Amino acid sequence: MTSDWPAIKELVTSVKDRKVSALELVERSLNNIESSKEYKAIISLTKERAIKRAKEIDKRIEDGEDVGALAGIPFIAKDNFLVFGNETTAASNILKGFNAPYQSTAIERLENAGAICVAKANLDAFAHGSSTENSDFFTTLNPSDKTRVPGGSSGGSAAAVMLNMAPFALGTDTGGSIRLPATFCGAVGYKPTYGLVSRSGVVAMASSTDTIGPITKNVEDSSIVLDVMSGKDDLDSTTIDIDNLGYSNIASVDLKGIKFGIISEFMTEGVDDSVKQSINRTIDLIKSAGGEIVPISLPSQSLALAVYYILVPAEISSNLSRYDGQRYGFSDSDAKDLDSSYVNSRSKGFGKEAKRRIIIGTHVLSSGYYDAYYKKAQLVRTKIINEFNDAFSKVDFLIGPTAPYPAFKIGENINDPLKMYLADIMTVGASLAGLPAIVIPTFKADNLPNGLQIMAPQKQDRKLLEIAKSIEKEIKK
Amino acid sequence: MANLTSEDVLKLAQLSKLKLTETELKEFTNEVNEILKYVEQLQKVDTSSLKPTNQVNGLTNVMRKDDVIDYGVSKDDLLKNLPNRQDDYIKVRRVL
Repeated sequence: MTSDWPAIKELVTSVKDRKVSALELVERSLNNIESSKEYKAIISLTKERAIKRAKEIDKRIEDGEDVGALAGIPFIAKDNFLVFGNETTAASNILKGFNAPYQSTAIERLENAGAICVAKANLDAFAHGSSTENSDFFTTLNPSDKTRVPGGSSGGSAAAVMLNMAPFALGTDTGGSIRLPATFCGAVGYKPTYGLVSRSGVVAMASSTDTIGPITKNVEDSSIVLDVMSGKDDLDSTTIDIDNLGYSNIASVDLKGIKFGIISEFMTEGVDDSVKQSINRTIDLIKSAGGEIVPISLPSQSLALAVYYILVPAEISSNLSRYDGQRYGFSDSDAKDLDSSYVNSRSKGFGKEAKRRIIIGTHVLSSGYYDAYYKKAQLVRTKIINEFNDAFSKVDFLIGPTAPYPAFKIGENINDPLKMYLADIMTVGASLAGLPAIVIPTFKADNLPNGLQIMAPQKQDRKLLEIAKSIEKEIKK
Repeated sequence: MANLTSEDVLKLAQLSKLKLTETELKEFTNEVNEILKYVEQLQKVDTSSLKPTNQVNGLTNVMRKDDVIDYGVSKDDLLKNLPNRQDDYIKVRRVL
């Protein structure tokens, strides 16, 4: 059993005061990674580079330099982030052996603030999945129960944080891939407003919903990491401005008078009793602290998954067309001509789920079907967004469970793609609307971790983090 | 909407430069049809008064100066992952 890390703020102070060195922290991280090997959360280590950077940071601190808000903090990046020091595979055979020629903006910003990447975490290949079982390499085990999935696609990242491999890990969330593993593993998972964190240098899945966010054990740590990563980036023209006050100095707020809309569609018979119980107990805490609970109906939420599984495979089919065996990644050596090189490299390199999504995407975008599927989905997307806007005119935040059930058993859903997709039913809405959403661990469900999902209007990330911190305080009391 | 046949799926695979085995073709045809059946519920939704959404950040025409930016990446960095390289060229199989 590894011991918990101190809060990031505390840790950074210790490093800057030279009570502990960055090198010691990196070594602690590497030791914890080693001792938790059986959970298979990690694909590769960036050990040599991490040690080198730790020594550099320690030297700069010795010389009196201010190294940054994350001085000496080790972290783990989902393996779809381009990082120096080892391969970037996106857990796919088609990228095995690929060494990034540049790093993602998020990584650059974290490093400029003194943080140190020590390892790359496992994921569903190309982030296609809700359980990490679609990794071309291996499945990560849930730290709470080795027979269960950690959720996906950022399963490795969530498991790494809960196993104390590092104070934080990076995930990506396209339809729930940070939030679902967070709820299944008991971590805090943050999905920012779309555009708040640059996607440059992160393997693209669905460009209109992809987001990047931190996975931590508490809300404050999450906000510090977000503060470092967020903001406009010339390399990603879909990025937006950050809040004037930033995100690092968030304080809990008084819940009195704050209106929380509990989504009725997320508390129906289709949801496990144990999950509903956990959420209802959390709602009671919010009420005791003065929060006002308002039942809100969002009928379009039942359409969100259908919209998602048209739009996202369409965008995936486009984003995965770059993997052609010519410029990087796996290239078939048997191919005799260019076309065969494309076909063989892609067919041998991609896993089943990637192929499945490419096929669906190609179909819904094809002439004759485009209007019926893709355009229709975009229209219903507008309906979903309008419904959220209407809800936020009545309440400050929307709350509810993150998934209809806690972590399922490994192998339980793997042979039924549609059943697997249904795990995302409560998370895709926020992705389609570009809303910020956070999952914080609350009362267990069937003795398994369970998280409360809180959603806010676009660009209200600071307010969302404040409210999450406040509710976290009530839960921890 | 009609079900996809395995010929349809084969055609889609060809369009996306994928080759499927007999087993994959059969499995995918079933699975893709199931998923398409699920998403068909959107057909019943009244969207007559709505416009399509393709992006959610509200930005339009984000421009930058027409200057060459130094990204700190060299030509060699970018070419080092090539499966087949000849000098500074990407070597590919014969086209025809």
